[in-house]
Amino acid sequence: MSGGTDLPVLMPAAGQLAERVRREREVGAPILRLRARHGAWLAIVLIFSAGAAGAQTGAAQESIISIILKWTPLLVDGFIFNLAISFLAMAGGTAAGALLGIWQISLMPPVRAGSWLVTQFFRNAPWLVLLFFAMFLLPFQVKIFGLVIPLPDWIKATFGLSLPVMANVSEIVRGAIQSIPSGQWESSESLAFNRRQTLWMIILPQCVKRMLPPWMNLYAILTMATVLASVVGVSEVMTLTGEVLSAEGGSTDLLVPFYSYILLWFFIYCYPIARLTVRLERRFAVKT
Amino acid sequence: MTAPQAWTTDQPIVRIADVHKSFGVVEVLKGVSLDVMKGEVICIIGPSGSGKSTLLRCINALVPVNKGSIQVEGQEVHDPKLNKLELRKKVGMVFQQYNLFPHKTALQNVMMAPVTVLKQDKTEAESRAYALLKKVRLEGKEHSYPGELSGGQQQRVAIARSLAMNPDVMLFDEVTAALDPETVKEVLVTIRELAEEGMTCLLVTHEMGFAREVADHMYFTDRGIIVEHGSPKEFFANPKDPRTREFLGQIL
Repeated sequence: MSGGTDLPVLMPAAGQLAERVRREREVGAPILRLRARHGAWLAIVLIFSAGAAGAQTGAAQESIISIILKWTPLLVDGFIFNLAISFLAMAGGTAAGALLGIWQISLMPPVRAGSWLVTQFFRNAPWLVLLFFAMFLLPFQVKIFGLVIPLPDWIKATFGLSLPVMANVSEIVRGAIQSIPSGQWESSESLAFNRRQTLWMIILPQCVKRMLPPWMNLYAILTMATVLASVVGVSEVMTLTGEVLSAEGGSTDLLVPFYSYILLWFFIYCYPIARLTVRLERRFAVKT
Repeated sequence: MTAPQAWTTDQPIVRIADVHKSFGVVEVLKGVSLDVMKGEVICIIGPSGSGKSTLLRCINALVPVNKGSIQVEGQEVHDPKLNKLELRKKVGMVFQQYNLFPHKTALQNVMMAPVTVLKQDKTEAESRAYALLKKVRLEGKEHSYPGELSGGQQQRVAIARSLAMNPDVMLFDEVTAALDPETVKEVLVTIRELAEEGMTCLLVTHEMGFAREVADHMYFTDRGIIVEHGSPKEFFANPKDPRTREFLGQIL
């Protein structure tokens, strides 16, 4: 389906949408299209809502800005926790996903089929469902040779988030390997490289460049998805914001300023990643 | 590996007997036989789609055959027990699209297989790689990446890379077909030098003038069979088969 409309007015937008859907299918994940103006909008919303709320609360009470600043250190701790979860889930998901992706091109049919099935299952499951799945299926502690290792909620949440990352990385790796021209395999074979040597010394090094942009894109998406952990009670930045709001008397005036404040942080963190991804994509697109 | 049947240099180094190969329902080789003696240069010509490239790929087991036999130094190539890696150490191949490793320099391209596959000492492999690049007249280009080299230069790196494995037989699959006319010559000069040194070469080519000069034996293939073969003199002077005549008429 290209375009998808007969109305001439809608053609450019419909075309753009179709193009975007096609590219997202290729990458296997939604593509971030963060622009500087998104950040500017967020800042404007924050300032306006803070100003409006401040006008309503009156001069006698603390201004919204000072309330926000007062709670900032706590929220920063929460945000750092989000980032920690994102690092760990990305590391675990990447390691497992790389393996799974390589198995997807295995010469052994059971390995190939099994890894394909696992990849498709976790790639097509909603992230929140996987998070719940991890929360309630993993025990709260594991015993190894009498040694009791507790599994706190945030570890379980990290595991839950690493599952979709794994599946997406698996697809990124498989796609990159298959995008290398077959002549590379042929010439390696004719030089008596075995399959393992060919993969590790010839094919995968050429894949790294191609995998970097979609991998970074996936990381930015994961970072934003870490707030899902608040649903299962991990005290990351969203949970803390909720607690701060109730500590401030549950005033609805504070909702918009606080949440736009948090949004702004995520924007400031993810925007450079999104820009860099676009730049890398452009640079690599020219060469190959 | 199969026990090597005593192969001696008075027997063909490559012996192809009644080889059939199909891709799906398309039969590309319909019973091809040819023998190559050590040190011989064989040129295979023919219209595209006549199975020339497939034949070369069967010789180093990149493509399995359906029927028939291919022996290299007395060993059956399509014996399932054969160690393919051992075969490929003996048979070098150069491709139309060069297929250099783009993430490695010319020097690394040449020394990679000897170090990884043959477990050669690194400094030894390196000095040999320098020598081979010098031999193909690429002195000074050792540290260039394939993307920085012209087509002809890349193809010569590919030849050096193949030679680094010390093969007994070299297969050239239309190696000048993707090159600019002005760089074709430099590659042909390299191949001619190899032939003069006594390397056994099988070439699939469209360079008739070159074939006439270097070949010991010409083969003309059409639609999966060998239509005609002979010494280049005879082959070009009076082709017997009408299909050969037609083809040569078109191309010369």
